[in-house]
Amino acid sequence: MRIEFKTLLAGLLLVFAIQFSAQAQSFDSAAEGLLAKSYKDKIQAVEIIAATGDARSAPLLEALLAGDLFTRKSDKLLVIGNKASGGYDIVNALTGEALGSVKKREVRKIRINNKMRGLIKGLLGGLTLLNDDPNLRLKAADAVFKSRPAEMRTPIEQALATETDPTVTKALERTLAALKLTHAQSSEEQLAAVEMLEGMADPQVKSLLSAEGRKLQAIKDPTDAELQLALAVDAALAKIDEKLAFLNIIENIFQGVSLGSVLLLAAIGLAITFGVMGVINMAHGEMVMIGAYTTYMVQQLFLNFAPDMMNFSLLVAIPAAFLVSGACGIGIERSIIRFLYGRPLETLLATWGLSLILQQFVRTIFGPTNKEVSSPDWLSGTWEVTGGLALTYNRIGIILFAAAVLILLMLVLRKTAFGLQMRAVTQNRQMAASMGIRTGWVDAMTFGLGSGVAGMAGVALSQIDNVSPNLGQAYIIDSFMVVVFGGVGNLWGTLVGALSLGITNKFLEPYTGAVLAKILVLVVIILFIQKRPRGLFALKGRAVEN
Amino acid sequence: MDLMKNTQQGPFLSLMTGLPGGGKTFLGILLAAALLVPVLNIFVPESSSLHVPTYLVSLFGKYLCFALLALSVDLIWGYCGILSLGHGAFFALGGYAMGMYLMRQIGDRGVYGNPELPDFMVFLNWTELPWYWYGFDMFPFALLMVVLVPGILAFVFGWFAFRARVTGVYLSIITQAMTYALLLAFFRNDMGFGGNNGLTDFKDILGFDLQADGTRLGLFVASILALALGYLISSFITQSKLGRVLIAIRDAESRTRFSGYRVEYYKLFVFVVSAVLAGIAGALYVPQVGIINPSEFSPANSIEVVIWVAVGGRGTLWGAVLGAVLVNWGKSYFTGAFPDAWLYLLGGLFVFTTLFLPKGIVGTSGIWIEKFKNLRQSDPPLAPRSPVVKED
Repeated sequence: MRIEFKTLLAGLLLVFAIQFSAQAQSFDSAAEGLLAKSYKDKIQAVEIIAATGDARSAPLLEALLAGDLFTRKSDKLLVIGNKASGGYDIVNALTGEALGSVKKREVRKIRINNKMRGLIKGLLGGLTLLNDDPNLRLKAADAVFKSRPAEMRTPIEQALATETDPTVTKALERTLAALKLTHAQSSEEQLAAVEMLEGMADPQVKSLLSAEGRKLQAIKDPTDAELQLALAVDAALAKIDEKLAFLNIIENIFQGVSLGSVLLLAAIGLAITFGVMGVINMAHGEMVMIGAYTTYMVQQLFLNFAPDMMNFSLLVAIPAAFLVSGACGIGIERSIIRFLYGRPLETLLATWGLSLILQQFVRTIFGPTNKEVSSPDWLSGTWEVTGGLALTYNRIGIILFAAAVLILLMLVLRKTAFGLQMRAVTQNRQMAASMGIRTGWVDAMTFGLGSGVAGMAGVALSQIDNVSPNLGQAYIIDSFMVVVFGGVGNLWGTLVGALSLGITNKFLEPYTGAVLAKILVLVVIILFIQKRPRGLFALKGRAVEN
Repeated sequence: MDLMKNTQQGPFLSLMTGLPGGGKTFLGILLAAALLVPVLNIFVPESSSLHVPTYLVSLFGKYLCFALLALSVDLIWGYCGILSLGHGAFFALGGYAMGMYLMRQIGDRGVYGNPELPDFMVFLNWTELPWYWYGFDMFPFALLMVVLVPGILAFVFGWFAFRARVTGVYLSIITQAMTYALLLAFFRNDMGFGGNNGLTDFKDILGFDLQADGTRLGLFVASILALALGYLISSFITQSKLGRVLIAIRDAESRTRFSGYRVEYYKLFVFVVSAVLAGIAGALYVPQVGIINPSEFSPANSIEVVIWVAVGGRGTLWGAVLGAVLVNWGKSYFTGAFPDAWLYLLGGLFVFTTLFLPKGIVGTSGIWIEKFKNLRQSDPPLAPRSPVVKED
C-alpha cells in the first residue's frame, strides 16, 4: 500500500509537471499568436490564452483590452507599455521584466476590433468566476452572458458546481443556459435551454432570445428540430414579454407610489395649515429645505463626535428636523402671519417674501453649493425582487416613512385634544372660538405642526435629492397641486392627491417624457379644478363660502 | 357724480375730465418724459450733466414695460380682486410673438446663414419652418399675435376658471400652475421656440438697427405711449359703470351675483384686457433687452410683479406704475452694488409692505394728505376717498 501510494503521488506530480510545462508552452506560443496580422488568428490566440488558465493570462488580456499591449519593433517582443513622458515604460508581457522606457515610434500597438473586445471581456469574466468576492463573480457571470464564448461553457459548469451564493448561482445558470442555446450540441439541449431561459424573464434574456429567433427565421429550409426550436423560442418570447410588461407595470406603480410619497410628505404640512387657517404658506418649501439642512448638520455632528454611530444620524435627524422647522413655523406665525388674518392673498405674498429671505439666509451661511448627505448602510443598495425588477432601499424607506408620518398625523388629529380643537377650527372658526377654543393658539400650533412635518419631509428628501438652498422651490408647486387636487377637508384627500399625481406622472413618462408628463398633469389639474373648485375631498357646509 | 358726467359728455372727454388728480399729473409726467428724454439724449452734448445716455434710455424703457405689466396686474387685482400669479405668462407670450418677428427679420444674417430657418432650427436639423411660425415675417401679423395670443389664452383660461367660480387662493395657485406649465413647455426644444436659450441675436425691427440710438429712443417713446394708452384704457374701465361692478365683485362677490350681475363675464372681460396689456408690455420689452427666454415664465417673476403693485398701492393704477419703476430701479442698483443683499431686501419688501403698507405708497400717502387737510380745515373727518380694500 505504501509503495502504491508513493507511486501514485509521483505519478500525479509527473502529470502535473507535464501539464504545467505544456500549459506554459502553449501560453507562450499562443501569446506569440497575438502578433498575427489577421484578426481571426488573433482571436484564436486569445481563446487559447484564456483556456490555458495561466496566471499571466488575465493581466495580458486586460492589457490587450485596454490597448496597452505593444510589440517592440526591434525584436518583435510582446511588451506591456505604460504611458510616460515622450513614450512608454515597457515591461516584458510574458516574464514581467522591466525593459526601461522607449520612444513612441519604437513600439507598435496590438490592434483589436469590437468582436475581440467582446470576446476578451467574456473570457476575462470567466477568469474571475472563481474569485472570492461574490460581487466580482456576479459581474463575471454577467460578462460571460453578454459575450457568450463557446469555450466558457466548462468553466461556467465548474463554477456552478462550487458556487454557494444564490444570486451568483442564478446568474451562472442563466449564463449556462445562454451558452447552451448559442453553442448547442443537440437540439434537445437547445430546447431545454430555451425552457430554462423562459423562466428568467429580464430584458437581456429577451434580446438574446429574439436574436436567436431571428437567426432561426433566416434559415431557408429548416429541419424539424429547427422548426420546433423556433416555435419554442417564439412561445418563450411571448411569455417573457407578458411577464416583462407585468413587471413594468409593477415598477411604474412602485415609482409612482415613491414619487407620491415624496409629494405626500411635502404637501401634507401645507394641507394642514391651508385647511385650518386658509393660508397658503409659500415659505413651506423653505421649511422642507431647513429640515434637509438640519439633517446635514446632524450628520456633521455625528461625523465629528461619533463617527461609528453614523448609521443612526438619520434617526436623530428626524426629530431634530421636526423641532427646528416647527420652531421656525411658530416663529413665522407669531411674528407675521397672525397680523394678516382674513387676508389670505396678502399672507401668500408675505410668506413668499419670507421664503426669499430664508433661501438667501441659508445661502449666506452654507454657501450656494449642494451639501452632501450620505445614506446610511441600511438605506443603500437595491432589493432584486426578480430578474428585471429591482427596488432601491431608499425609495422603499421613503414610502414607509411617508406612511408612518401619515398614520401619526391621523392619530394626532383624531385622538388628541389638540387634534379635536384643530378640526373644530377648520370646520367653523367663529363657532370654535365661541366654545372657548383659543383659536390663536391653535393657529400657532397648527403652523408649527405643519412646518415640523415639512422639516421631516426634508429629512426624506435629503436622501434622494440635492440639499441646496433651492430644494424647497422644486417641490412647492407640486405640493400646491396636491393640496388643490386633494382638497383641504382631510388627510385622505392629500393622500389620494399625492398618490394619483405620482402614479399618473410615472405612467405618462415612458410615452411622453418627464417634462411633457408634468405639463399634462398640470393641465389636467387645471381642468379638474373647473369641475371641483374645492378639490377632491372638499369640506361641505359653511366653511366653503369663506 | 362721475356717472352723471359720463352720460353728459362723449366718452373720451369724460375720460379726461373724469381722471383723478393724480392721474392727470401722471399723464403729464409721461408726456413730458416722452418729449424731454429724446431732446436730452440727442441735442444735449455728452459732456453736459443733463445729457441722458442711451443706456439709461433703454433701462427706463425696460422699466416702462414692467410698469405696463404692473398696471395690467393692478387692473385685475386692485379693482376686481383677482390675484393672478401667472401674469408673467401673458407678458412672455407677447414677448415671444415679438421675438418671433425679430427672429424672422434676421434672415440670412444668422450664424448658419439660412434665409428660411432661424439658427436654432438649423442647429436642431429641422428642414422647414413649423406652421406656427408662418406669417411672423410680417410686422402687422406679429402685432396681431401679440394681442391675440395672450388674449385668447386669458379668455380660455378665464372662461373655465370664472365659470367654475374658482376664486381667491385657488385661482392664484392655478394661475401659477399655468405659467409653470408654460415654463416647462417652452424649455423643450421640440416646441420650436428655441428651448432653453430662447430667441435672441436680433438684428433690426422694421428695418431699423436695434443697436442704434435712434431705434432705442423710438422704442422708449413707444413704451411711454403704450403705457399712457394702457393707463387711459384702464382708467376708462375703472371709472365706468362696469368699473363699479368690478369693485363690487372685489368687495362682495356673492352679493354682486345675487344682485343680478353675471359676475363671471365681468371678470372675464377685465382679465382678457389685462392679459392683452401684459402681452403688449412683453412685446415692447423684448426688442429693448434683446432676448426672450423661458425664464420669463417662471412663477417667481409673476409674483414679483404683484409686489410692485403692492408697493405702489393696489387699486390706484398709477401707483402700480410707480411701484414697478421704484422696485426695478432698486433692483438694478442693489444687484450691482450689493448683490447678496438684494434678495433680503426684496423679501423684506414683501413682508414690510403687506404688514405695514397694505395700501402701498400711494394709498398710504393719500390717507396722510387727507388727514392733513382735515386738520387744516378742522372739518369733521371725511370717509376716506380711496375704496376700502377687502379680500373676498
